[in-house]
Amino acid sequence: MSNKYIPHTDSDILEMLEKIGVSSINDLFKDIPSDVKLTRELNLNPSLSEIEVRKVLNDLAKSNGNDLVCFLGAGSYDHYIPSIINHITSRSEFYTAYTPYQPEVAQGTLQYIFEFQSLLTELTGMEVSNASMYDGATSCAEAIMMAVHQTKRKKVLVSSSMHPNTIEVIKTYGHFNGFEIILLENESGILCEENLHEKLDKEVACVVVSNPNFYGLLENPASYVDKIHQNKSLLIMSVNPITLSILKTPGEIGADIVCGDAQSLGIPLSYGGPYLGFLCTSKKLMRKLPGRIVGQTVDVDGKRAFVLTLQAREQHIRRERANSNICSNQSLMALVATVYMATMGKQGIVEVAEQNIQKAHYAYEQMIALKQFEPVFTAPFFNEFVVKTNVNYKVINEALKAVNIIGGLHLGQFDKSLNNHILFCVTEKRTKDEIDKLISVLGGLK
Amino acid sequence: MKVIQGLYYSKEHEWVRVDGDKAYVGITDHAQHALGDIVFVELPEVDTEVKKEEVLGVVESVKAASDMFTPISGTVLEVNENLDDSPELLNQEPYENYVAVLSMSDKSELDELMNSEEYIQFCENN
Amino acid sequence: MRNYNKLIFELSKKNRKGYSLPPIDVESKALSSYIPDEYVRKSENNFPEVSENDIVRHYVNISNKNYGVDTGFYPLGSCTMKYNPKINEDMAQLFTTIHPLQDESLSQGALKLMYNLSSSLAEVTGMEKVTLTPFAGAHGELTGMMIMKAYHEKNKDYKRTKVIIPDSAHGTNPASANVAGFDIIEIKSNEDGTVNIESLKAALNDEIAGIMLTNPNTLGIFEKDIAQITKLVHEAGGLLYYDGANFNAAMGEVRPGDMGFDIIHLNIHKTFSTPHGGGGPGSGPVGVCKKLIDFLPKPEVICKDGVYSLKEDLPDSIGRLGNFYGNFGVMVKAYTYILSMGKEGLKKASQMAVLNANYLQKRLKNHYLLPIEGVCKHEFVLSGLVDKSTGVTALDIAKALLEMGYHAPTIYFPLIVDQALMIEPTETESLETLNQFVEAMIKIADLAKTDPEYLKHAPYNTPVRRLDEATAARNPILRYINEDNN
Repeated sequence: MSNKYIPHTDSDILEMLEKIGVSSINDLFKDIPSDVKLTRELNLNPSLSEIEVRKVLNDLAKSNGNDLVCFLGAGSYDHYIPSIINHITSRSEFYTAYTPYQPEVAQGTLQYIFEFQSLLTELTGMEVSNASMYDGATSCAEAIMMAVHQTKRKKVLVSSSMHPNTIEVIKTYGHFNGFEIILLENESGILCEENLHEKLDKEVACVVVSNPNFYGLLENPASYVDKIHQNKSLLIMSVNPITLSILKTPGEIGADIVCGDAQSLGIPLSYGGPYLGFLCTSKKLMRKLPGRIVGQTVDVDGKRAFVLTLQAREQHIRRERANSNICSNQSLMALVATVYMATMGKQGIVEVAEQNIQKAHYAYEQMIALKQFEPVFTAPFFNEFVVKTNVNYKVINEALKAVNIIGGLHLGQFDKSLNNHILFCVTEKRTKDEIDKLISVLGGLK
Repeated sequence: MKVIQGLYYSKEHEWVRVDGDKAYVGITDHAQHALGDIVFVELPEVDTEVKKEEVLGVVESVKAASDMFTPISGTVLEVNENLDDSPELLNQEPYENYVAVLSMSDKSELDELMNSEEYIQFCENN
Repeated sequence: MRNYNKLIFELSKKNRKGYSLPPIDVESKALSSYIPDEYVRKSENNFPEVSENDIVRHYVNISNKNYGVDTGFYPLGSCTMKYNPKINEDMAQLFTTIHPLQDESLSQGALKLMYNLSSSLAEVTGMEKVTLTPFAGAHGELTGMMIMKAYHEKNKDYKRTKVIIPDSAHGTNPASANVAGFDIIEIKSNEDGTVNIESLKAALNDEIAGIMLTNPNTLGIFEKDIAQITKLVHEAGGLLYYDGANFNAAMGEVRPGDMGFDIIHLNIHKTFSTPHGGGGPGSGPVGVCKKLIDFLPKPEVICKDGVYSLKEDLPDSIGRLGNFYGNFGVMVKAYTYILSMGKEGLKKASQMAVLNANYLQKRLKNHYLLPIEGVCKHEFVLSGLVDKSTGVTALDIAKALLEMGYHAPTIYFPLIVDQALMIEPTETESLETLNQFVEAMIKIADLAKTDPEYLKHAPYNTPVRRLDEATAARNPILRYINEDNN
């Protein structure tokens, strides 16, 4: 039985067995004791041809809602993706390579990671970035573990205006790793400073705040960063990098560690992954930064070259004494973000952020002008906002689905006190016509 | 392998030079050789109290990160800040470049360390 | 263009652009009316200004400096660098526009795919249930160790805080156990990397939460005493964790569930042919035995009356491990692979992977030191050259292979073998490729005798030569600094 991914002919197999000095393939598995060996066939489908496989996958794909107009965000954003990206990431020199352990034949990977680190530090205003991490939530967990190691303290103050899924993830890590998550109260949707001051004691390793936060609102960590530092605690900011060509950078604010998800930078929705976590910090904390890091050096001929560096911190060397068990990055996703950032360039990265702000505010103003919807918060926002309504969210989303629109996220599923509150997202990809259609459907609901 | 007379040595390949109540602590030539190119030394903080065999610092080379255990208990008086910018000094002159100076809290612990002859013997047997 | 040596920043020219956006069609206001000045970025960004053509040529040129599976033979031990079927990539493109929070009625295809993939992996591994959430192998290990801890906590068995790990294990094993809050007890392995039963017995007590093993082990040897090992650990109240990095030797032949393992992780990007992507994204599903199902992470994909949904209400779950459901795009590729291969194809893959490894082992052992004789599984470890007098190291051999157009094997791992060269050919390589590789290896062994200096300075014709790693780590340059602006 031949298989197009396995090149062995019957005569190859015979020749090889003879060379090895055994008489059958089964002889090569004789070391597996019979009491654990599988003696039946696997209960799976027989091999399918390419045409058949395509049919199965196409049918699955068709049973999803496709090509819908998306006003849903909450950690996954429907931005424009330039055509160039897929063409570059489809180069198999990039996607079929392993982690660049042999730098002489991995300069392509190493160089784009170096460029990724450069662009990310440029956006965040930080001095050092790693080569990327799994996703925004796990990068936040890694940021916290880094702060816990650095300060040798175990309490972590977290703004409850962070994405509820992220809060759950860091609680999971905290439970097992041994740090304690203490949630800070919100006031009008943003971190309550008074509550922060009450809870900021000498056991606090770090304060974690997300900007924009889960409700789309801008937090104001600049007003309390000094208090945090006076307490010898660290400020961790979780950010959406697409906002940072316009919003004050974590570096300008004085954050110590910056984490987040860079899905906004050219990565498709893909039902939640693969996305792109990232982690940036100051030079001072550079040697505590987990994950892969690429540095510039020279080869024996003096030629500029790139290499994985500061590896002595890592699990393959430090084993159980490593600060993190992270062993890979989301390298190909980092390439996507790199090409995206290079493509948008100095002007485009600002223009795209501005379009998000303008379109989201247009939609917001249209929406709160409707009698069925009212404003909730007053803080400034980027491209997401919350409105309150008396119309049942299921009715809203069904009505929108009928016209191929994906509506916003009902916040009551995360927090009962936010029943009938809906979080909408409007990116640069939405047109005025689409927004007007959304508004007209919403305006017709009871 | 270079070993200097008059110093105390630990099984973890650290040396101790005694000056009154002060102990200068560094890594031996054997240790630097085993580590290879040293690229970073994580120094302890001044005023930290350490007990014998606790971690004093970390010495990193390109391919290894090795905890440095203090061979003697005491309080850190001084650290060798030259190592911040030039960690390779530990490769070049391991006995000239201490990592930290401790004020010893229990001088009798010195008796548990090796002298130069014993250390040479120890390295040969291990 | 092999000598192309520019950074994207160095192509920048003021006012050039590579993007196009439509004009803003909504009524717009001054930005300051939406974002107060104190929230606004003060510094200008230093992004490059480049045209689309500039960008394409730049990345095409640097891609040429990479070596991938599509370039040539990649015998990187423990990494299973098999060919990545192209249809996998095409199929993943069908699922890129689904929002993870859109109504489940609009995500039925995605959920069904996850459900089916999870069931298929459960069947291949012999585990009761598999979660697809972990993002990579190391994340799977961490998930597994959290499950181990949650199980003992549920039983109020709080003193089980230690995990046994053999010294031949992957470096991630102790690191993952540590991040999950365990202390590590390292035990010495036998020479062939198998578990030393006496050391294991000595280490087992009522403080042991479990043991982490890989089978076949990191030397490519099958753990023959596995039944005894699982019995001993279970009798002592511990659980067994299976590191699935080496699962490419086992499909259709032996299942971790049948060996008695309680928790396993798989590396989809190894065994199930999804590409490594230069270091990720991967995917590290975790399977468990029946008594551990309740501890699996949130959410769970369930199927009721043909309708698929995500179940969040799981009181004993270790919790959530990522913002959404894992690296879904990678799952599509793995599912495509399983459909293409089918039950007979997966079994044949493991058989041919083992055949290829044994063939290479046999042909190389006269020239390189083979520390463990006998049949190996999907990979084997050499201990440098037979003749040690030349001073040629595993590193030199690796670099010489790069010069000859091959990727290097994994070197200096496992730690228990001196001058280790860990070779894993995978099943997708032909007899001709293996023969050519053998010739290259023999040539290197000959050069070690006649011209060792040549090897010590290899490679010569790669895009760059040996690098100064010490300077890179002493004075790290981790980003591009535009000299004109600073």
